[in-house]
Amino acid sequence: MFSRILTIAQQEVRIGIRNRWVLLATLILAVFSLALALLGSAPAGTLGIDRLTITVASLASLSVYLVPLIALLLAFDAVCGEIERGTLLMTFSCPISRTEFLFGKAIGHAFVLTIALVAGYGLTALVLVASGTGSLSGLTDFTRLIATSVLLGICFLALGYVLSALTRQSGTAAALAIAAWLLLVVLYDLALLGALVANPRGIFASQVFPYAVLLNPADAFRLFNLAALGASDLVGGMAGVAETLPFDPAFALVSLVVFAGAALAASATLIRRITP
Amino acid sequence: MTRSTLAVRSVTKRFKSHVAVDQVSFELEPGTRVALLGHNGAGKTTLFKMILGFLKRDGGEISVLGSSPGSRVSRQGAAYLPESVAFSGALTGAEIIRFYARLKGENVARSLQLLERVGLADAARRRVNTYSKGMRQRLGLAQALIGKPQLVLLDEPTTGLDPISRQNVYELIGEIADQGATVLLSSHALTELEARTDRVLILSKAKLVADDELGTLRARAGLPIRLKVWTKPGAVREVAEHLGAGKMNGRSVELDCGMDEKVRTLSAISALGNLVEDVDVHAPSLDDVYRHFSDTSRKEA
Repeated sequence: MFSRILTIAQQEVRIGIRNRWVLLATLILAVFSLALALLGSAPAGTLGIDRLTITVASLASLSVYLVPLIALLLAFDAVCGEIERGTLLMTFSCPISRTEFLFGKAIGHAFVLTIALVAGYGLTALVLVASGTGSLSGLTDFTRLIATSVLLGICFLALGYVLSALTRQSGTAAALAIAAWLLLVVLYDLALLGALVANPRGIFASQVFPYAVLLNPADAFRLFNLAALGASDLVGGMAGVAETLPFDPAFALVSLVVFAGAALAASATLIRRITP
Repeated sequence: MTRSTLAVRSVTKRFKSHVAVDQVSFELEPGTRVALLGHNGAGKTTLFKMILGFLKRDGGEISVLGSSPGSRVSRQGAAYLPESVAFSGALTGAEIIRFYARLKGENVARSLQLLERVGLADAARRRVNTYSKGMRQRLGLAQALIGKPQLVLLDEPTTGLDPISRQNVYELIGEIADQGATVLLSSHALTELEARTDRVLILSKAKLVADDELGTLRARAGLPIRLKVWTKPGAVREVAEHLGAGKMNGRSVELDCGMDEKVRTLSAISALGNLVEDVDVHAPSLDDVYRHFSDTSRKEA
């Protein structure tokens, strides 16, 4: 069983490297994070706080946008693309279960994402440490950021598999993936903010809003990272929320794990039903 | 008694109101090459997908190597090459074979030798997007041969190939069958099959309208042999009279005769001596036989 899962995973990683997906994702993450770290340092210059920690705070916001996008782009083709090419027929005629196939894909894609995150963000950390503005505690923050980014990525990979298994055309799946990204990463936040601004002291703000943040993996990810940095005084915004929450911010991490598990289970159910 | 590799018994498949496969039954013995013929949409691919367990049937029974379709036993013993498969172009031929060998739990080194057998040894380290269509099809065949399967299902393995590549593919199919595997291949390229299949199944409008050896089918169709007799200049009329009837055509006379009259007619022609310059004999081709059977079913419907 494991050898079959690993075979699929290995194939995905190899394809990711060959068609330069890994390189592209790494470059995007490196360029944006370096820009944030180097250009964004001016206002924090005199605060006397570790530059690495501040950078991690801004990278958390960067991850919220980029990681789901990269994950969805990796995943949307996973099922319907193979249906279109006819390779799914061939793979499924081998003695491999569909769940094994899906897990193999997920592991391979998560690995591709991990390489990109470690290389892209790692480069930024390296630059900061080398220039003498980073410390060891900052590196822990960095590691946490990368680990949770991978988790966030798995949530959106699984969402991508669900969309991919729902349709037979990769064009449709691509459109659905972009729509999902817009909805969960951009519009969801806007809607929450709008509701908060409209009625800052109402029931929504105290009872609904904190859980609404938990439900969306992108928001849960940001909440957890900023709370863990204790950076509310640094970056404000969402982070300020952490102190008024009716629960421990670690719940945000649980929410990420639950979301990833549920989405993977859903895609596994869907893929068992399709006719390749 | 040898157990059949594949048994299909009154299998039916409906898509909404449309019947894709209608009460189809046949059994295949080990080591035979069987062609499944049918026009586009006759139900060939649907039948394959049911044999592989991808589609549920609405009626009937299928047994693959004594097990139900899609079971582990059947998937281990059967191999499949879908119609027009597009391998990931970023990978090399060797990588694709290694991938499928691992999925099937077969020896990788032995599976890689298949590339040599399909004539891709030199291209094994090249990316698939540099392959020609014939090379891709041969790679697909190599995939289907991994681990010596007992049943090989090939969905239109020669569609879109040039005559030489097509010949290569049929030679390989012959080799596979010689090793004891049952090969079921679908096609609508009919004439090329002639000498290369032991048995022909004809599917027309979801129904199995013929299932026999080609020679028997030919006899059953009762299609005439067409003779074309080339005569000496000016002797056309005389020859036509001697042979009775026949269509005159400049310097030749065309006539049809049944299988049983073939020898008698030929000796009548040779009795004409030097009035005749040459004779062409056209036995009915598989195309003609196929058309006969699918037309018959169409008229009945």
